Amino acid sequence: MSGEWIFNLYIFVLATFVGYQVISRVPPLLHTPLMSGTNAISGISLVASLIAAGSDHRLSQILGCIAVTCATINVVGGFLITDRMLRMFRRKPEPAKGEKALQEGKS
Amino acid sequence: MTPAAIVLGLSYLVAAVLFILCLRGLSGPQTARRGLFLGEVGMLVAVIATLLHREIVTYEWIIAGLLIGSTIGVAISATIPMTKMPERIALSHSFGGLATGLVGVAEFMREGEHLPSFKLAALGFETFLGLLTFTGSIMAFGKLQGVITGAPVTWKGQNVMNITLFFGSLAAIGVVVMHPEMKAVFFGIGAVGLALGVMAVLPIGGADMPVVISLLNSYAGLAACATGFALGSQILIISGALDGSSGLLLSLLMSKAMNRSFANVLFGAFGTSLEPGAATPQLAKAYNEATVEDAGAVLKASQSVIFVPGYGMAVSQAQHAVRDLAAALERRGVDVKHAIHPVAGRMPGHMNVLLAEANVPYDKLFDLDDINDDFARTDAVIIVGANDVVNPAAKTDPKSPIYGMPVFNVEQSRSVIVLKRSMNPGFSGVENELFFSPNTMMVLGDAKKTLLAMIAELKEGH
Repeated sequence: MSGEWIFNLYIFVLATFVGYQVISRVPPLLHTPLMSGTNAISGISLVASLIAAGSDHRLSQILGCIAVTCATINVVGGFLITDRMLRMFRRKPEPAKGEKALQEGKS
Repeated sequence: MTPAAIVLGLSYLVAAVLFILCLRGLSGPQTARRGLFLGEVGMLVAVIATLLHREIVTYEWIIAGLLIGSTIGVAISATIPMTKMPERIALSHSFGGLATGLVGVAEFMREGEHLPSFKLAALGFETFLGLLTFTGSIMAFGKLQGVITGAPVTWKGQNVMNITLFFGSLAAIGVVVMHPEMKAVFFGIGAVGLALGVMAVLPIGGADMPVVISLLNSYAGLAACATGFALGSQILIISGALDGSSGLLLSLLMSKAMNRSFANVLFGAFGTSLEPGAATPQLAKAYNEATVEDAGAVLKASQSVIFVPGYGMAVSQAQHAVRDLAAALERRGVDVKHAIHPVAGRMPGHMNVLLAEANVPYDKLFDLDDINDDFARTDAVIIVGANDVVNPAAKTDPKSPIYGMPVFNVEQSRSVIVLKRSMNPGFSGVENELFFSPNTMMVLGDAKKTLLAMIAELKEGH
């Protein structure tokens, strides 16, 4: 029994190192998508919420249902909005229609 | 081990690897979207594997939660404007915190008395941190939204009280471990977590939000880790650790970009203002108030221009106008760059996202270290609603509260054009000498309107 938490502690410490190494390579340009992306990943607490909501204990089902709702908002919303952000990062400006229209309208 | 358990364990392993690859993809804009897709696949694998788990006996509540959550998630992400991104992130940290907190309570109510000590301790931490993140993030959201005052709220003995509550909760977790039948103590831990979240964020000022949001991100991750320890679930531990280290790293970077220690941000109540200095009448000092025509004349004579955006750009939604003015200048053959300070705005990377939304190519965006030597060779700097990040007092005045913070050397350029709503000092209440310098032109008014007028001005007289 006591072996389990030591084992899990190893995983925690090693995962923290991996996380630190990987994330220190993310440029400041992408810090907002990083935060919103890790937020979606931490929606993995959905897994624990599913187990609570799917149990045979009434209170646990109700609390679990709220937790599933919250975690799903983060997972679905987090991935969608991160992707929406990442799509905006471009190296070259698009042949912007908006800009041309603005130019014509102004002149 | 049953075959089902092996499949479950391996699915979680696949998900964990995909999450790490997802974050690795974020090391560059070209690979980021592919990386994110891997993360999505990882999440799908983890969720499907869990739904087939034998511990799940009813599906009604699960389906209800998944449907409601997906609807809200899709609705929020489709409608929210990019300028509201800090608010959305704060809100999603609060959802994450609430989810872990509630799972902690549910697990305790279901199995509390039969759990071994270390799992009870983990449950206590999970509930405490989860609920603290929940209310703390709601407070951060309120401050960003302006529902709660952005100024620090302080009272005497505040830090002592918060620290006492924190250690009290640790002691209470110890009591629960020894006496799991004392349910009231467990609920007490949750209640203190809720209260501490409110009290810990109240004294922190609006300009410190990038650090607070990063820190709450890391708490949400740690709460997920604690859940993993309580349930013996490695996927939760790994994902929580990834989230936790990301939040920690970002908060360290943000603190460094303000030359302040963690402790100072959390307990310093920076920007309390009303110190001597804030009250000195500013009218006594002369500044160059300039018109759009004056600014236009300077820009027409410039070969190189650097934009420095700040929170004011987000407030007046001026990112598209910035892009249009930059484009108009480029058509005249002017070299245009954008200088982005790490703590400009209310969250890490805030300005980058706004300018990306306005279709500014990312190779025109430069970090502090990459651009700071360029100012001396630049004809004109246009400051769009930034204040502290261009305050020379950070370099020259040891008495200034922001002394030592790395700032842009904008005063080295030939002329500085400041777009600002009024002559009031910014969020931090620190006065800025730059605004009174002889080569600075103050163009007061809404930044977006001013920028649009400047574009028209450039087009007029060639």
